[in-house]
Amino acid sequence: MTPKTAIDARDELAGGASVEEYVLSLLERIRERDRTINSFITVCEASAIEAAKALDRKRGRGEKLGPLFGIPVAVKDNICTIGIRTTCGSRMLENFVPPYDATVIKRIKEADAIVIGKTNMDEFAMGSSTENSYFGPTRNPLDPTRVPGGSSGGSAAAVAGGFAPLALGADTGGSIRCPASFCSIVGLKPTYGAVSRYGLISYANSLEQIGPMASNVDDCELLFNVIRGYDPRDNTSLPQGRIEAKEGKLRIGVPKEFFMEGVQEAVGVHVRKFLDKMSGVFEIGEISLPSLAYALPAYYIIAMSEASSNLARYDGIRYGLRGEDGGDWNETYCNNRGIGFGREVKRRIILGTFALSAGYRNRYYIRAQKIRTLIREDLGRAFKEFDLIAGPTMPVLPFKIGEKLDPLEIYMCDIETVPANLAGTPAISIPCGMANGLPVGLQLMAPPFGEGLLFRAGRIIEELA
Amino acid sequence: MGGEAGEERIKIGLEIHCQLTNLRTKLFCGCPADYRGSPPNTHICPICMGLPGTLPSPNKRAIEDGVAVAIALNSEISRRMTFFRKNYFYPDLPKNFQISQYDGGGGVPLARGGYLDIEGGKRIRIRRIQIEEDPAKLVHEGTIGDSAATLVDNNRAGVALLEIVTEPDIEDPREARAFLEKLRGILECLGVSNGELEGAMRCDANISIGGGTRVEIKNISSFKEVERALAFEITRQRQLLARGIGVRRETRHWDEVRRITVSLRAKEEEEDYRYFPEPDIVPIEISEDFIESVRRRMPELPDQRKERYMREFGLQEHNAELISSNNALWRLFEECVKMGGDPIEVSNWLVGDLISFTRELGMELTDPRVSPRKIVELVNLIRSGAISTKIAKDVLMESLRGDESPEEIVRRRGLLKISDESLLRGIVEEVFRENEGAVKEALRDEDVVNFLIGQVMRKTRGKADPKLTYELVKRNLERIAHGEGPSA
Amino acid sequence: MGEITPEDLERLCWLSRLRLSQEEKEEFLGQLNKILDYFRRIEEVDVEHVPPTYHVVDLTNVLREDEVEEPRPDEVLELAPRRKGRYILAPRII
Repeated sequence: MTPKTAIDARDELAGGASVEEYVLSLLERIRERDRTINSFITVCEASAIEAAKALDRKRGRGEKLGPLFGIPVAVKDNICTIGIRTTCGSRMLENFVPPYDATVIKRIKEADAIVIGKTNMDEFAMGSSTENSYFGPTRNPLDPTRVPGGSSGGSAAAVAGGFAPLALGADTGGSIRCPASFCSIVGLKPTYGAVSRYGLISYANSLEQIGPMASNVDDCELLFNVIRGYDPRDNTSLPQGRIEAKEGKLRIGVPKEFFMEGVQEAVGVHVRKFLDKMSGVFEIGEISLPSLAYALPAYYIIAMSEASSNLARYDGIRYGLRGEDGGDWNETYCNNRGIGFGREVKRRIILGTFALSAGYRNRYYIRAQKIRTLIREDLGRAFKEFDLIAGPTMPVLPFKIGEKLDPLEIYMCDIETVPANLAGTPAISIPCGMANGLPVGLQLMAPPFGEGLLFRAGRIIEELA
Repeated sequence: MGGEAGEERIKIGLEIHCQLTNLRTKLFCGCPADYRGSPPNTHICPICMGLPGTLPSPNKRAIEDGVAVAIALNSEISRRMTFFRKNYFYPDLPKNFQISQYDGGGGVPLARGGYLDIEGGKRIRIRRIQIEEDPAKLVHEGTIGDSAATLVDNNRAGVALLEIVTEPDIEDPREARAFLEKLRGILECLGVSNGELEGAMRCDANISIGGGTRVEIKNISSFKEVERALAFEITRQRQLLARGIGVRRETRHWDEVRRITVSLRAKEEEEDYRYFPEPDIVPIEISEDFIESVRRRMPELPDQRKERYMREFGLQEHNAELISSNNALWRLFEECVKMGGDPIEVSNWLVGDLISFTRELGMELTDPRVSPRKIVELVNLIRSGAISTKIAKDVLMESLRGDESPEEIVRRRGLLKISDESLLRGIVEEVFRENEGAVKEALRDEDVVNFLIGQVMRKTRGKADPKLTYELVKRNLERIAHGEGPSA
Repeated sequence: MGEITPEDLERLCWLSRLRLSQEEKEEFLGQLNKILDYFRRIEEVDVEHVPPTYHVVDLTNVLREDEVEEPRPDEVLELAPRRKGRYILAPRII
């Protein structure tokens, strides 16, 4: 059985094909090929086979089958899975086995999906290349010398490498869309509040969402519809909403700021050309959103500030890595955290601590939150004029592993993706062809609860690409 | 005595942490909040332990309870508030930050301002009231100095706390204690916190003398200790000032055993709490309707009750104050009045002997042996002239010790007052016969008259009606004075 | 002169309880200041009358009823690397 899409697979499996055989074939493929790609931190071989057998029996009993029947899902390793270690790509949580499932995991299990493995990621989702993992970098299945993007690089590589038809990622500043773009798949960052964050290990709570990743728009929508919805365990969870566009051509605004700072010429030219190609089907207009020029620093200040507090809990006492106790509690804490965290995590904790500290809070943290208001307002105005906003997902093409060593240079990769996180709006990355033989993603943004519009436009773009 | 009186002025401010002990669950998770007496780490879940991926869910009733307290303390309730994170590392904080509130930097507490009047009409102003989570409990093996490890029990972690901060309006340690007792009464009356429970109400104090440096005192376990710690600190500061030594701005720890305050070792670094709004909890808006609905459900407060007792029953302020501020006492009082007891008499017995007797017996006022029926019977026995006040005290004591009611005791022990004149006359004559010398003296010396009355009382074991006895003794003496025989 | 001095870095490490190696300290100092230089770009914008956005959802009063959810404490307690009886062992406090 070699289905092209998750929906095909589900239909075949629901129609009688063996879930167990399908899962075994994927596990076989992972064993063969993931040694080089390294998309998984943990492959859930035994539990996946067991779940597959249970689903085969379920179908045998003639019970009603879930919308993800028999579909193996690769899950980013910052989403808690009961009984399966959840490392967040960190030595700190190398052996952490949560006693609970994240709400999204409960939902996909209820929909008859199978967790096939936990995917590699930048430590605590801090990175855009999946090179910052304690478990080694993930390689891009399209070109193993290059990065898959990040921080959900393992999930994107698992889909692109054919290890799982669907994956869950999480997106704080582009962590779903970036690897989707680099691995030439579809990835959605949902509206803030549309998908429960309960069980997602926080990096920057006010910015992040769990989202679906798939090889095509329909599959992405399928998974989104399973994981979305109100959850009383997440205080910021919203009741389901939906917005519709008026009849006729969708209007797409293209902010000129999306083609300015740090955008590689090859990317800029390619996306412009693709937008021209789209102009027959969509109504496309140029706009200017001046606040976007400040989105990246504002994003990083907020994300690091929240992270410095969120990651304070990792002291090695209640769970996680505990080194040798030495001296008093302060020394033990410093020691546990010193060995448990990698460099990028430490840098962000230090900067976040700085941005919140007395004397600097107004200048950095609060000012950044005010910029956020401006970005929200700018986008709100744009969505009065346009149904969607488009631009390149990534300002650069997938780069070589080890090529970018300067932290700030890596941060600049998020320049196109962070506005959606700051404003809480949904955004999707859809493959739009190749430049210099490397994949380019087109990013579409919609107003809150505009996921339906993103999928509708996405399907058209898939056709065009 | 030197300098102006104003320089000597003592200013005390209190910071009180009270657990909302009547909540069923913790502030942000469904763990049972009633942890007392449970084995360590049994009331814990992924949320209050700060496990990765978990999120807080604020308890609605905690907000309601906080609002009720704010109303009772006449505070201005914030219409929109957010929880803030207070960031600092300590082994009693599972997340290494505390979800609290922040007054400033865009934050507002649950309520600001307000006041509480203590005995004598003194007004103590409230600065703010906020809601936060309690840290875990640390147990040190051995002493804190040489302990090899700290044991952490997280049962308390995440229990809802109300932090109440006063302005520095308190001027002496007794006032501090009176304030705390009054506050405890209010919290109990509102049904939000039982201050009697171990650790349910904890207090830090700050104190300055003559507008000088402010010193904070922490680790005070009970109200009595607050009074002691403050008294010690005043003496210490005065001695320093008298010797011309400046008072250092510092935090001191109250050592209950040695009864002194000790300077806490200077912190390595000054704290920087890096407050910011809790991203995982959306803001809370408190509407006028919400406040009204809480207000409607609120019981009568001690001050309101006191006014009513004075107005309705004509109680003296002192009695009204004492009874209305003690939950057991006012419940008892109202039961007694309902059963027909005279309110003033009842109030005198409650405030006077009942309190001291129960204390002597080591009994709680809520003990079932302290029943309203007993008080009412007692008051009625006195009123009808059946027993004297003196006997009544014995009867009350005996009645409190056991299950017998005052009437039963009086009947069993034959304590009814002897007011039968012919019976009493015989006893008086007997006393006159047995004390001829004293009778002669009594004709000249009024004090000896009392001796004769005392002898009558002794023979009747106190049951003789004192008024009647006095009359009979006097009458007999007059007759003797007029040369008549002793007998009438 | 960067915003963060070596002394500041020590203090920030203390505040966030992080032990850095000498090599990390040397590497970080320049990187952090370079990042901060870039962050200060936000000072170009006049935000005096702009309110901050702390939450992007316009929700308020999402509150839980005061109902007990029976905890399963053992599965949480088991995660602690060092325990004594039912206590979690933390290092000593001086």
